[in-house]
Amino acid sequence: MKIFAIQRVFGLFLVVFSSTLLPPMLVSIIYNDQELIHFFEAFLLTVLTGLVLWLPVKNYRKEFRNRDGFVIVAMFWLVLGLVGSLPLYMSDQLHLSVTDAIFESMSGLTTTGATVITGLDHLPKSILYYRQQLQWLGGIGIIVIAVAIMPMLGIGGMQLYKAETPGPMKDSKLTPRITETAKALWYIYLILTAACALAYWLAGMNVFDAIGHSFSTIAIGGFSTHDASMGYFNNKPMVEVVAIIFMILAGVNFALHFTAWRTRNALNYFRDVEFRTYLGILISVAIISSVYLYYMDVFIYPERAVLHGIFQAVSIGTTTGFTTQEYHNWPGFLPVMLLFTSFVGACAGSTGGGMKVIRFLLLLKQGVREVKRVIHPNGVIPIKIGRKPISDRVVDAVWGFFAAYVAIFVIILLILMLTGLDQISAFSATAACLNNLGPGLNEVGLNYASLEDPAKWILSFAMMLGRLEIFTLLVLLSPAFWRR
Amino acid sequence: MKIIILGAGQVGSSLAANLSTEANDITLVDNDEKTLRALRDRMDINSVSGQASHPAILRQAGADDADMIIAVTDSDETNMVACQVAYTVFHTPTKIARVRSIDYLRHPELFKQDALPVDVLISPEQLITEYIQRLIQYPGALQVLDFADGQVQLVGVKAFYGGPLVGHELQELKTHMPGIEMRVAAIFRKDRAILPKGNTVIEADDEVFFVAAPGYIKAVISELRAKDKPYKRIMLAGGGNIGRRLAQALENDYQVKLIDHNTVRSQNLANDLERTIVLLGDAADEELLLEENIENTDVFCALTNDDEANILSAMLAKRLGARKVMSLINRAAYVDLIQSGDIDIAISPQMATIGSLLTHIRRGDVVKVHSLRRGAAEAIEAIAHGDKTNSKVVGRTIEELKLPQGTTIGAIVRDSEVIIAHHDTVIESEDHVILFLVDKTRIDEVERLFQVGITFL
Repeated sequence: MKIFAIQRVFGLFLVVFSSTLLPPMLVSIIYNDQELIHFFEAFLLTVLTGLVLWLPVKNYRKEFRNRDGFVIVAMFWLVLGLVGSLPLYMSDQLHLSVTDAIFESMSGLTTTGATVITGLDHLPKSILYYRQQLQWLGGIGIIVIAVAIMPMLGIGGMQLYKAETPGPMKDSKLTPRITETAKALWYIYLILTAACALAYWLAGMNVFDAIGHSFSTIAIGGFSTHDASMGYFNNKPMVEVVAIIFMILAGVNFALHFTAWRTRNALNYFRDVEFRTYLGILISVAIISSVYLYYMDVFIYPERAVLHGIFQAVSIGTTTGFTTQEYHNWPGFLPVMLLFTSFVGACAGSTGGGMKVIRFLLLLKQGVREVKRVIHPNGVIPIKIGRKPISDRVVDAVWGFFAAYVAIFVIILLILMLTGLDQISAFSATAACLNNLGPGLNEVGLNYASLEDPAKWILSFAMMLGRLEIFTLLVLLSPAFWRR
Repeated sequence: MKIIILGAGQVGSSLAANLSTEANDITLVDNDEKTLRALRDRMDINSVSGQASHPAILRQAGADDADMIIAVTDSDETNMVACQVAYTVFHTPTKIARVRSIDYLRHPELFKQDALPVDVLISPEQLITEYIQRLIQYPGALQVLDFADGQVQLVGVKAFYGGPLVGHELQELKTHMPGIEMRVAAIFRKDRAILPKGNTVIEADDEVFFVAAPGYIKAVISELRAKDKPYKRIMLAGGGNIGRRLAQALENDYQVKLIDHNTVRSQNLANDLERTIVLLGDAADEELLLEENIENTDVFCALTNDDEANILSAMLAKRLGARKVMSLINRAAYVDLIQSGDIDIAISPQMATIGSLLTHIRRGDVVKVHSLRRGAAEAIEAIAHGDKTNSKVVGRTIEELKLPQGTTIGAIVRDSEVIIAHHDTVIESEDHVILFLVDKTRIDEVERLFQVGITFL
């Protein structure tokens, strides 16, 4: 472990992160909403902490090992989660406790989208903007980490993407160097965000809402500047269509975007098995939702049922968590089905959460393989993605991941119920936070404000676990990791 | 002709045996002196021992004035380099190399004159794969051979009791199957050839060779045998080159199971094959075969390197109820031994390879040679050139040709039109003529027949 090297990186992190407090200051100046001073205080605090950490060791350069990678990735969210809560905590108009501020900041950075704040429509614009921006930063963070760093650490079968990725992404390290890869991803992220903002604006949002929502859409976050979330734009159906399109795009592996962009060939998307499965799942869930909504007479007009069905299926399926309706009040099985869809989540290497489509696919294929093995006891039956066989090591890792996911889920669920939450709320809150989805059912359908403090801490931890693919954090908690 | 054969393996030595009987000067090169000595004792050939691709060894083998070099050593690389050496150092006119690796074969530009100057590439595995594939395509056939790029096929079938034509004269064929153009080229009865005439009666257990366009073949086979159901379930034993290629070729149209006993190889096979079910185990394991429903299997092919294992597993499969069993057999002696027994079809890799090599050795414009009945008979496709004055075939009816004893003309392909031969068919210049020779020793006369006189330029 190279403490000083890590300290140096964090010093730099904080200095860089402090600069992200400048745009909210600008927003504050534009709208003159009295928040400027708080952002400035937070800025000073962050930048000074950063410099204090960085300056003593600024010449300490050492190569990182895989081990240090775990610490850095985990600390990224932990430290930024804490620092990011500063402006929220300091704001006079929010009156947030430490717990709430950290919950909100963590929810933003992990692109979850669960909120404890109510009355969004009356909040200062700079605070609203800051929340959206937190999600956006968390989004690009996870993209770079998921595409460039996670494969190297080999978390939960993601070494799959290291060298043996099927289909068009044979050289999944998009460019030879991590920094170059990160830069390429950054451009794609930026372009998608800009396109999304423009599309929202054309669909009828004002500039502030368009930019804010484009941030949380591309990050698959789900924060909104309105209490009613996307429902605020109910009279502008094009907004929902734009949201659907960009949520789907953001849920695709960014490495795939990169390949398609570099080869100028959209067909590359369809050569990827994970993408086809992802699209297949979303389409089936959307069809079921729309038909069910119409037949249960939730909407009188079929086109409304279709639009809301598709929107909610995509929003929950990609783990974005925008809502146009109080979907948790929809009848019968629909909210639960949608919640289960979020377990599958988006593609690996995207901003989305959940277990990731590729893992789900591998689990499914493993199940099918067991059936085949019973029929042909002597059969040699490999698991293939596309036409490429997947090594048993990867399949094992995915099973391990699944087991850990379920175990963690159960533990969190039980602790939440211990804090006094009813079963449905506890179940949905766990799912929504672990999958980085956002809104749950029942008590946590709209926001998480009513939860006890311990529950909020647990859920903040769950968001981080989900974002870091569980194992990154579990590795840090294991004694063996710290042994020299 | 002076021919140098590199590699005294199975193909090399049986090729040498085959060619040395035809007044060719054969020099065999191999690095195993013992094998060479044994072969030299048996055949009338010369031999040189040493690394086959070295120029010194090639010179010693007489490469300076050789007409042809045939590189059939174990190693693709040696074969290719030997051709390069023969081209650059000795200017050998014809260079034939066996290349097995699919990776090389995927790049035909490798074998152009300015790269690796190989005139003819031979891939025995590919030949065998195609051979078996056609047998599976036509249930009931013993042999299916392509001529004129597949426009005409020669098919060998064993006649059965219950076939509508069995016990009838050949001339009744026409009334039986109006509109179907075919011609019986030869009949083998108890291993003796019978030249088919109009009044020849087909008996059960006759081996009938007929020529027809691919579209008619199924109909003709069904006249000679009680109805064969199309094959569906195939089991292959042995996942070597042949097994793998065959599985790849068949897996989209048939239900294919492939048994291999090597853990690593079966893993690789399973990785590469899409729909084939790969099974790890011994092909002669009764339990395994029963577990995998051998009794409902239509075709069982034993394709390992080991003759004995092939024969035993094929016999076991037949005993357990497989409908048709085929076995790959390298040793000529075994082929005679088993074909009358439980095993339906014995496939000899050498025969397939030698046939395609013979194509380049025959004089006259011969484009295709198939070796039949363990080399005793031959089917060839020759192109007629010239006109009535300088050719012995062009402008004449088939009746008028002075064909050697035991030779029949099955069909003629003229500008991609298939003409089934009749006694009054007139041969034109550039016709592809498909001949069947019951007795290979007469090949000389046929070659001479198709060579044009000196007046033709």
